[in-house]
Amino acid sequence: MDWLLQQLINGLALGSIYALIALGYTMVYGVLRFINFAHADVLMLGAYAAYFLAPAVSTVFPLPSLTGALIVTLLSVMICTGIGILIEFLAYRPLRQRPRLTVLITAIGVSLFIEFTCQHEAVFGADTKPFPQLLPVHDFNLGGLVIGSNDLVVVVTTLVMLAALWFIVQRTKMGTAMRAVSFNQQAAALMGININRIISFTFGLGSALAAIAGILYALKAPGIDPLMGVQPGLRAFIAAVLGGIGNLPGAALGGLLLGLLETFAGGISGLSNYRDGIAFAILILILLFKPAGLLGKATVEKV
Amino acid sequence: MSSSLNPSSITGAKRWLIAGVLLAVVVSMFSAQFNRYYLGILVDIGINIILAVSLNLINGHTGQFSLGHAGFMAVGGYTAAKISLVISPMLPPALQPVIFLFALVAGGALAALAGLGVGVPSLRLRGDYLAIVTLGFGEIIRVVVQNMESVGAASGLKGIPKYTTLGWTFGLAALTIYFVSALVNSTYGRGFIAVSDDEVAASSMGINPVRYKVTAFVTGAFFAGIAGGLYAHHKQFLSPTGFDFLKSIDIVVMVILGGMGRTAGVVVAAIILTLLPEVLRQFSEYRMIIYSLLIIVLMMARPQGLFTWNRKKGGAPA
Repeated sequence: MDWLLQQLINGLALGSIYALIALGYTMVYGVLRFINFAHADVLMLGAYAAYFLAPAVSTVFPLPSLTGALIVTLLSVMICTGIGILIEFLAYRPLRQRPRLTVLITAIGVSLFIEFTCQHEAVFGADTKPFPQLLPVHDFNLGGLVIGSNDLVVVVTTLVMLAALWFIVQRTKMGTAMRAVSFNQQAAALMGININRIISFTFGLGSALAAIAGILYALKAPGIDPLMGVQPGLRAFIAAVLGGIGNLPGAALGGLLLGLLETFAGGISGLSNYRDGIAFAILILILLFKPAGLLGKATVEKV
Repeated sequence: MSSSLNPSSITGAKRWLIAGVLLAVVVSMFSAQFNRYYLGILVDIGINIILAVSLNLINGHTGQFSLGHAGFMAVGGYTAAKISLVISPMLPPALQPVIFLFALVAGGALAALAGLGVGVPSLRLRGDYLAIVTLGFGEIIRVVVQNMESVGAASGLKGIPKYTTLGWTFGLAALTIYFVSALVNSTYGRGFIAVSDDEVAASSMGINPVRYKVTAFVTGAFFAGIAGGLYAHHKQFLSPTGFDFLKSIDIVVMVILGGMGRTAGVVVAAIILTLLPEVLRQFSEYRMIIYSLLIIVLMMARPQGLFTWNRKKGGAPA
């Protein structure tokens, strides 16, 4: 029983991070209908931004502390928002009217470009760097259960972000415009919505979430390296498809489910080596039996 | 099959086969005089031609988007390597070509079976969903191999006999080119292009898109498996990391650079992209950065490929 609860807590923490990343994938898919492969690399850049900012910030606000962590996070969120908008402007905007596969391959190219550039000695280098301790760490003992403060931070941050995102998408003018663009781009343009601005905003928002997810992931990971985004990025993408791509609650649900499944599978000896494969096996099964995802609407192709 | 219907393109395909086999025979007669380094690169070129031409059948002619070609290559490579590792010590050396052929075909067959496994989900999926499923499939194969003790798991499979020669490589490359272009140019093969152009229209003309897609995956996977076998007996060492996502991307880029569905262009692209890293050797630290920039620039400037000038509507040139 204790083991189950412990795995549940670990799974929730991991799943929350996947959910945050998956939201970025699903939002971009919602407005542009393509998979932004570079999303995982924005996550990595967020973690690196925090890595380089932490020493500077700690001269004013000593780390680990809550204020310091918040300022570091805020600054790297701003950097990543800028990077996200820049990627869209330079690489995807010129291809807006092209076939989707062209854009997909470009996205893979952008992702590889960021990864290989960052691995170069003059940029970050390929080695693993220790991530600074941003927050004081404390383990809470509840009976036989151990809940790390980082796990709590991850889950709480995700909940706050989900609520904020829900508010932006459902209750603001920008969010309404986003939903309109996602529903029908041409009709939205005819209603006077500036499509380019909405798409930039969506990329910025997704990249901001990626930066937060990157910092949360780095808090729990042993260190950061230029390829750190690849594995969580793939999982989060699967989570987005699992929940129904383009569907925001679906992405959150998919992330949590995938995190839980992976943690439980990892806890069972014999299965743990196949963790990387399990996520993909789930994806293939879902796509076979429910291609629209758990919460997605099935669409009929019209001729 | 249909030589009376389209005689010019069939002779085109046969010309490739004859030229390729002749080249293979002539080159292998002189292979003793070649520097080992150049010999290795030539074999690499041949293997990449097989991979690119077979992926072109799936991605180019049939219009499906597969990102898992390295997975098929891994299945074929590991199967062939394991077979020759087990069998070759038991038989006299004179039987070596027979063992090699058997190992290659067995590897290809198993890869084709895997292709069937991927082809079936493709019945329901298209576009980027299919791309992700094939990517996932490639990753699953890598994870399985990484955990299989009998093929060396993560540390790799060592001591594979060096059976691959220039003759084998280019002979099989010519055979692949011949088979794929003859298939696509046959009456039956027009269906691949029809499925790629418009699936709904094709099925309303009585073409079964499902059958064509699965055929493309199975055939493409078979040749990728053969290429994997050649690769295994060329490098004499296999490791799961050699068959990752990046290898699949390499092959996809060859197909795009050459122009989807343009066999001749894809062959040229395979040659160029194999030579490129060797030329860039002194800039090796910038090699992959240049490579990824190349993908982006190519997609923006010439998404139809570098070697396509006059695509005949509906035509699949040999």
